[in-house]
Amino acid sequence: MNHFKATRRILGAYLLAALFLLLVWWGLSALLQLPIVPSPWRVFARLGRVFATDIAIHGVYSLWRIFAGLALAVGIGYPLGVLMGYFRRADQLLSPLVYLTYPIPKIALLPILMLLAGVGELSKIFMIFLIIVFQVVVAVRDGIRAIPEETYYPLYSLGASFSQVFRYIILPASWPKSVTAIRVAMATAVSVLFFTETFGTQYGMGYYIMDAWLRVNYLEMYAGILVLSGMGLLLFGLIDLLEYVTCRWQRR
Amino acid sequence: MIAIRDLTVRYRAARPHNHMITALSGVSLTVPQGTVCAVIGPSGCGKSTLLKVIAGLLRPAEGSVTIAGRPVDPRHTCIGFMPQNYGLLPWKTVRQNILLGCEIRGTRQDTRRQGMQQLAKKLHIEELLDRYPHELSGGQQQRVGLARAFLLQPDVLLMDEPFSALDAITREEMQDVFLALWQQQSVTTLLVTHYVEEALCLGKQIVLMAAQPGRIAKIIDNPLGGQRELRDTPAFFQQARALREAIRDLEVQA
Repeated sequence: MNHFKATRRILGAYLLAALFLLLVWWGLSALLQLPIVPSPWRVFARLGRVFATDIAIHGVYSLWRIFAGLALAVGIGYPLGVLMGYFRRADQLLSPLVYLTYPIPKIALLPILMLLAGVGELSKIFMIFLIIVFQVVVAVRDGIRAIPEETYYPLYSLGASFSQVFRYIILPASWPKSVTAIRVAMATAVSVLFFTETFGTQYGMGYYIMDAWLRVNYLEMYAGILVLSGMGLLLFGLIDLLEYVTCRWQRR
Repeated sequence: MIAIRDLTVRYRAARPHNHMITALSGVSLTVPQGTVCAVIGPSGCGKSTLLKVIAGLLRPAEGSVTIAGRPVDPRHTCIGFMPQNYGLLPWKTVRQNILLGCEIRGTRQDTRRQGMQQLAKKLHIEELLDRYPHELSGGQQQRVGLARAFLLQPDVLLMDEPFSALDAITREEMQDVFLALWQQQSVTTLLVTHYVEEALCLGKQIVLMAAQPGRIAKIIDNPLGGQRELRDTPAFFQQARALREAIRDLEVQA
């Protein structure tokens, strides 16, 4: 009952905010009267017509690239972060490597990546992976380092194995941190995805939006931007849901 | 029985100059089977270090610790260790926290569930089993910590300032709760405290430690220990004053 009420209130607030933004958009379009700022109602009408036939397939491609890049980043970044956070030797060895490569603007590597991995799927997924993986590594490592030493004592004194220590302490202590890292990295990942999709592909939201722009079809361009934003919102929602389900003790 | 022989512990201090610090020097102590030993002393006298060595968390530079004649090894000896903050995991419910020790040891599931219900009832935390530690008061967390330690039925129980974080009234209440539980299991217990009354009330044997380097200054037999009804007798107050003076003398010497 309580949950239901809270959910309804949150949804109401979101609806209100969306309405406000739409009004601002509509006001701007009415004020400027330019083809590059069409009114929201016309964009929505066009979106309704072209979504299933044109945009959906591009959306699916973009989502697949994000999920693949994300899975790769967590799959490789998480164990690395655990190693660096728990074993001092591993940290001494790997920290310089991470710190020297972290500040490199990954997007600047895209031309090289495309030469090495081709202009196809691989270079795009790898780009997203590169953007997210560092944040996951650093967040997990810091999360594990922040665990007070005494937390381990009752387990150590009972002769717990590493897998038990991992299951009971390391995993739950570092998981919320990595979820937060993914959330922060996600916004960057979506922008980067857009950029990479303007090269060497005919599928993906980036391609769709740029293509509409080149065809001077502003209504479809806006429809594409709406869908890409919706995807971002969906991803954020999914991450929040993931956190809600897997981090029960953090609900306050 | 816990037997400690000529224990010396050193560690490398990061500050100021990376030099070795002797935390414990030549400590010998025997805690007989089924008794409570209270270790008391000024801060920095190595009380907690002593506890960590017995728990097998720290390796001594010299000397030995044996429990029931064997060197400390969690595979042979079940050691219940209760750190200062009770060692509850914030991501586990009270129920999971109580069962944690048994899960690590691999005790049979049905017996531990039954034991947990009984303990929870005795400690009045039945209604809290599905809550998380951050939702509990200090005293309630302490009860959960005790439930975990006693459900384990350890060979040795080690407690680091178990009741220090509690207010005075809750502290006495928890000491009573501890004694009530302890009288049923009589587990060999070593506890560290900086409260004179606590040492007198709980310890059959009181170990007075001095600092720099950490060493045993005096071992006192305490006939008042383990009997909470004696807490308000003149003899108790007299002992408390004597003990307090002994500690003060040590601090003056240092």
